[in-house]
Amino acid sequence: MGEIVLKGVTKRFGDVEVIPPIDLAIHDGEFVVFVGPSGCGKSTLLRLIAGLEDVSGGKIEIDGKDATETAPSDRGLAMVFQSYALYPHMSVKKNIAFPLKMAKLPPAEIEAKVQAAAKVLNLSAYLDRKPGQLSGGQRQRVAIGRAIVRSPEAFLFDEPLSNLDAALRVNMRLEISELHHTLKTTMIYVTHDQVEAMTMADKIVVLQAGRIEQVGSPLELYRTPRNRFVAGFIGSPKMNFIEGAEAAKHGAHAIGIRPEHIRISTTEGMWKGTVGVSEHLGSDTFLHVTTEHGLLNVRAGGEVDLHHGDSVFLSPDMAQLHRFDKEGGALK
Amino acid sequence: MARAVTPRRKALVTVLAWTIGLALFFPILWTVILSFKTEGDAIASPLTVLTTPFTLESYHVVQDRSNYFLHFWNSVVISLGSTLFALVVAIPAAWAMAFVPGPKTKDLLMWMLSTKMMPAVGVLVPIYLLFRDLGLLDSRIGLVVVLMLMNLPIVVWMLYTYFREIPGEILEAARMDGATLKDELIHVLTPMAVPGIASTLLLNVILAWNEAFWTLQLTTSKAAPLTTFIAGYSSPEGLFYAKLSAASTLAIAPILILGWFSQKQLVRGLTFGAVK
Ligand SMILES: Nc1ncnc2c1ncn2[C@@H]1O[C@H](COP(=O)(O)OP(=O)(O)O)[C@@H](O)[C@H]1O
Ligand SMILES: [Mg+2]
Repeated sequence: MGEIVLKGVTKRFGDVEVIPPIDLAIHDGEFVVFVGPSGCGKSTLLRLIAGLEDVSGGKIEIDGKDATETAPSDRGLAMVFQSYALYPHMSVKKNIAFPLKMAKLPPAEIEAKVQAAAKVLNLSAYLDRKPGQLSGGQRQRVAIGRAIVRSPEAFLFDEPLSNLDAALRVNMRLEISELHHTLKTTMIYVTHDQVEAMTMADKIVVLQAGRIEQVGSPLELYRTPRNRFVAGFIGSPKMNFIEGAEAAKHGAHAIGIRPEHIRISTTEGMWKGTVGVSEHLGSDTFLHVTTEHGLLNVRAGGEVDLHHGDSVFLSPDMAQLHRFDKEGGALK
Repeated sequence: MARAVTPRRKALVTVLAWTIGLALFFPILWTVILSFKTEGDAIASPLTVLTTPFTLESYHVVQDRSNYFLHFWNSVVISLGSTLFALVVAIPAAWAMAFVPGPKTKDLLMWMLSTKMMPAVGVLVPIYLLFRDLGLLDSRIGLVVVLMLMNLPIVVWMLYTYFREIPGEILEAARMDGATLKDELIHVLTPMAVPGIASTLLLNVILAWNEAFWTLQLTTSKAAPLTTFIAGYSSPEGLFYAKLSAASTLAIAPILILGWFSQKQLVRGLTFGAVK
């Protein structure tokens, strides 16, 4: 079981309120991603759940029991840190075995569990090495190994992939998702990268300045962002926003349209513009088009033959248009 | 920062480094050479000194005139004793400052270090009087306490720098892994702190071994360490270069040997905090 419920949880550092009262329910077996810009309080929230920080107010319940005052070691949670936080003086084997040793399991059982975890994570050949002799990806695996051996109620990940290079990041992302399918244990995953959030999450929690902006499945957030912040944060490339007269035509302070919801044509369309930089990715082409409403990002097919300086017409897909009021809230 | 290292530049730096190294080492080398000469040869012009025969005469005289092993033992007791004593006090202090810093921690550290900037003579009279009244003059325990107090700021500062390099996340990881405070201390913190403690110990043993102000002021014979032993040969009655050199060589030999075998730790200690 790994059900975690936050009730009015607040955190202040001195006079600064980093987390205003938050209510959140994380169900057993869910893969929840906290996403938001750097400094918005994701790590703090995770550390509150872990017990590494004391709450300034509110309650944290784990599996229905009040765990607000419980020591981190007694919460049954395992954490993977951004810096990996491996014990540098211990071999890989001892690192992975450490939580089991702390739990005072018999040596034979520890050995069996470490071997099993090492096998799952492709670490069997490295068990006698020290963390300093491993690559970034291998260290990350050791950190995960140390977390999985003792079958925790839930896993907490704090930006675990941000120190890896792009290719490795994609691989590890898949491995962690795969691990979630195998273990079916609750996972809370913190990242500032919305692509990680979209690809891995069952449920995304979008945070800004410590506040929850929206909670929902990746597609819910993509389709029906509750406000302009979420609309701009989720989706890549970012949604285009247009204010002023064009927005007023739709009875809104601002309208938003995603790059993939704009049709591009050389002959006719709603907005006239000039092609600026175009990024050819093979499968897609991203065009930066200057229009009377500002610079708009457009996603076109992989084979479009448009170049810098070409005149084009853009037409938004009206069904996919998002409307926002002056405060940034989405209009129905 | 990557800088192009041309062969020329490398040669230049190598020559420069060797020159400085030899210049610094030369007095020691000369002392050792003179210690194997007769008193008469030792005051000859430098070039002729090299042509004169080697002899152990000075060492015999020094051994006859003073009890080298007593002074050697005093040096060992005083330098090791004061360093261990300082560590016992400094480890908890540095620990607290590194892991649970308060708003005034930095100021406190600066203040401690600033006491090292005052000339020691400034407190000579009060300490001398205290020692006299407490009957600590010419006692090893007295010197252990004084040297411990003198080096304490440096010991705390060094340990603080080392402890601060231990990432807090590792301790948090241990807590998440179910470690109690005791487990954390035994399995995680201590092993990670030992190299830093060892470097500090080594450097301070050397500092205390070479300390010559307090040892000269507060001891005469019974508790006198090797520094006092050397000083005994720089008497005003005349110049005894060869004997002085022999005494110096005997005094620095143990610490030189210790330093040689612990070079790596020592360099770490001397550059503490500066290089990672
Ligand atoms: N120990 C602390 N003391 C004071 N302020 C802190 C502390 N930890 C974090 N903060 C502040 O809380 C805010 C959120 O930090 P954090 O949770 O690390 O953000 P994120 O992980 O989303 O980048 C930041 O403004 C940060 O400066
Ligand atoms: Mg963070």
